[in-house]
Amino acid sequence: MTDLNKLTIAEARDALKKGETTSVALTEACLAAIDAQGVLNAVVHKTPELAMEQAKAADARGYADAPALSGIPLGIKDLFCVKGVDTQAASDILKGFKPEYDSTVTTKLFENGAVMLGKTNMDEFAMGSSNEHSAYGPSVNPWKVDDRQLTPGGSSGGSASAVAADLCIGAIGTDTGGSIRQPAAFTGTVGIRPTYGRVSRYGIVAYASSLDQAGPMTKTVRDTAIMLTAMSGHDMRDSTSADIAVPDFEAALTGDIKGKTIGIPREYRLDGLNAEIAGLWDKGADMLRDAGAKVVDVSLPHTKYALPAYYVIAPAEASSNLARYDGVRFGHRATLGAGDGINEMYEKTRAEGFGAEVQRRIMVGTYVLSAGFYDAYYNRARKVRTLIKRDFENVFASGVDAILAPTTPSPAFGIGEVSDADPVQMYLNDVFTVTLNLAGLPGVSVPAGLDTNGLPLGLQLIGKPWEEADLLNIAYSLEGSTGFVAKPQKWW
Amino acid sequence: MLDLTYEAPKPKVIAGATGDWELVIGLEVHAQVATKAKLFSGASTEFGAEPNSNVAFVDAGMPGMLPVINEGCVAQAVRTGLGLKAEINLWSAFDRKNYFYPDLPQGYQISQLYHPIVGEGEVLVEMGNGTARKVRIERIHLEQDAGKSIHDMDPNMSFVDLNRTGVALMEIVSRPDIRGPEEAAAYVGKLRQIMRYLGTCDGNMQNGNLRADVNVSVCRPGAYEKFMETGDFGHLGTRCELKNMNSMRFIQMAIDFEARRQIAILEDGGEIVQETRLYDADKNETRSMRSKEEAHDYRYFPDPDLLPLEIEQAWVDDIAATLPELPDEKKARFINDFGLSDYDASVLTAEVPNAIYFEEVAEGRDGKLAANWVINELFGRLKKDEKDITESPISAARLGQIVGLIKSEKISGKIAKDVFEIAYTQDRDPEEIVATEGMEQVTDTGAIEAAVDEIIAANPAQVEKAQANPKLAGWFVGQVMKATGGKANPAAVNALVMKKLGL
Repeated sequence: MTDLNKLTIAEARDALKKGETTSVALTEACLAAIDAQGVLNAVVHKTPELAMEQAKAADARGYADAPALSGIPLGIKDLFCVKGVDTQAASDILKGFKPEYDSTVTTKLFENGAVMLGKTNMDEFAMGSSNEHSAYGPSVNPWKVDDRQLTPGGSSGGSASAVAADLCIGAIGTDTGGSIRQPAAFTGTVGIRPTYGRVSRYGIVAYASSLDQAGPMTKTVRDTAIMLTAMSGHDMRDSTSADIAVPDFEAALTGDIKGKTIGIPREYRLDGLNAEIAGLWDKGADMLRDAGAKVVDVSLPHTKYALPAYYVIAPAEASSNLARYDGVRFGHRATLGAGDGINEMYEKTRAEGFGAEVQRRIMVGTYVLSAGFYDAYYNRARKVRTLIKRDFENVFASGVDAILAPTTPSPAFGIGEVSDADPVQMYLNDVFTVTLNLAGLPGVSVPAGLDTNGLPLGLQLIGKPWEEADLLNIAYSLEGSTGFVAKPQKWW
Repeated sequence: MLDLTYEAPKPKVIAGATGDWELVIGLEVHAQVATKAKLFSGASTEFGAEPNSNVAFVDAGMPGMLPVINEGCVAQAVRTGLGLKAEINLWSAFDRKNYFYPDLPQGYQISQLYHPIVGEGEVLVEMGNGTARKVRIERIHLEQDAGKSIHDMDPNMSFVDLNRTGVALMEIVSRPDIRGPEEAAAYVGKLRQIMRYLGTCDGNMQNGNLRADVNVSVCRPGAYEKFMETGDFGHLGTRCELKNMNSMRFIQMAIDFEARRQIAILEDGGEIVQETRLYDADKNETRSMRSKEEAHDYRYFPDPDLLPLEIEQAWVDDIAATLPELPDEKKARFINDFGLSDYDASVLTAEVPNAIYFEEVAEGRDGKLAANWVINELFGRLKKDEKDITESPISAARLGQIVGLIKSEKISGKIAKDVFEIAYTQDRDPEEIVATEGMEQVTDTGAIEAAVDEIIAANPAQVEKAQANPKLAGWFVGQVMKATGGKANPAAVNALVMKKLGL
């Protein structure tokens, strides 16, 4: 077989089962593609030795009754701790940090036979929507327009870029405010953010604990279903992980959505919404209707408060979560001058170790939690969060099975185009994605078409809590209807 | 059961140049929860281990590590709450208290600011002479302890030991109901006693397992009563907080110093600045640590890594069913059932092993006599040997025998002391000692009469004197006791001597 790295998980699994290829061959193909990634800068710590060891072990075990991901090479976002492997959350402050423990997600993937190719690029501490805020430098989108290099989105930009460019068969990311779905939309790939509590957060470097959730990033909805089944489940080591049975998500992919009700939230039709995206959204609704679903208008009245609430709550939690990076026990410690004490050590270490966007969010978070401002910002944002959650509950209670919306307000933007502007311009990228993080709901982004410049656009489906199986089945139907098969031309 | 009744003690009054001042005191007591593992990790809580050996990844604040509540710590907090007759909150939650310090690896302490696990309760603090202060408990919350920074091992470096990091503490917050240094110390002592009864804190102050932050203010007589009526703190003086006191004696000394310091400032026309102060035991003074302006902004917010702590009433009831008899009840029972004095009952109920020992000695015997022997003879002897009651060389059963022998007049109180000493030092059975050593009291009047006759016959001059002055008859009693080796029943000897002398 040629171009093994271009296979989907399902294809690779079948090929391995039939003995048409080996994990070693798959892994070598991916490692070669990674070596040739060039400017994409998607994989930032390569683990070829670990990968080959895992591939050989998978081949040795055979594929007769092998677990779901046996022998499948994956990219792992740099936010996931893997024992003995550099894990620095794309931050200089964790330079050289090799954890003594594994995240639950990577443990589960490995137990399911997966092969780890390396760590993928991301925005520092998962804070960003373009993968430009990275100690490794930006990751670049394999899709491009003429000579304009584009961002793959963020924060899981490296994973998205790697999947889209076939550097790996699949990858994992995390989604705090859209960090899986937005890069998926920008790169023509599929990504789900599961219900909060579906996937353990143990061993994932924390950004905003009440919003963080890990999920797969893949080439197809089926692949996402396969990986999500492997990643999910209750974990005693994460108090917020839910003790709820995990269905076989792949088995739920019947493509039959007859009788389902799809809500179209009117508040998402923002003034000045990109016409092509608006058009694609309508087309997506038509496709679902054609597949037998009922499409209804719904209202999520507090939507406009979601973005400001998110940019209060997430920085607040981040300011506390990132306090541990103080130079005392691990990671970077500034060289101190004569007479410098503990405060100088903190200040210099953190000034040197954290990038500008992380520093900005720590300062915002510190401010909104401080005495005198707590009620005006943090407490208010929490109340907004409750209202947003109720909006969704009301819609679902009215009989809606899933909500269809654009994933992003625009296609992928150029490197430097937004990051050089006001930071709020960058935050606006998350306008369609953050709402469900605040509500703890699952959401999946599916590539739905190309814009006039030939860039992929994504549509987002938002589901009921714990109903990822149903949600993925609707996404599967939509994926089939769009017939999206476009791939970026290799130019890197 | 009879409830003991007490009068409220008088508040401590300090006479100033401009008149009298009263003290108002409230305490925050930090009690280390007696459990094997830390509040949110499986690391050991053992004291005295090699530095940084009892540290889980989460204790060290490693990236991606998450806290998981230890059910045992929750049970101990509930148990403590029940022991302090407090309200148990079935729904509580954890908050983060954010500040930077090298011995605080996460950069925040997990605590319970907004929703503590235990609500209002009360503690009765006996102050002697039939007085006791009822101190109201405002709340008890669970929180993590910090580690230890060591600054005196190297001139250029500080060291950190994280063994204590994350160990569970109960912070027991009182209302400002305490009115003097002695009451404050007695309050801490009472909490310690109750927690030791409950087995929820070992109360070891030297190891820092029990320590207190003491809030002190002064006011004019009458002001406190107005505060109590209205709840308006405006009637009270500005308070200062004395941090981290880990000795009852220092608590008293520090409060006394601090009250006098505040009075001196006020009488000079100055104002008290609300601040945190440290007590220096070497100099017996308090020093400013940080003022209100310099106080940290802890940026408390609900810990998003932890779900609210929800417990069930049935679980609380199960814990309540295992509660032991508590000090107040035990003391009342000792007074009622054994006829003990308030003082003796206090001494014998101070620690559970004392009470258990005493009860075994007193079982079916004279309670008062048993109390005398346990408190005066046994405790005195143990103290001399620096031994704990649990290491007593004489068992409760054997001391009980001695009490029984005295009560049945087999031996006199005086002989009993000799029996006690032999039993104590030679590990022998008192009944066996009395039999083997022939120490049984002689009650046979024939034998005593012979001895009396003999001594009267040998001392005619003394007989004459005694007959003239009956007070001198005691001399004959002494001689008879001496002749019988102290074994004669003194009452019988006395009666015979009087009779024979014709008195």
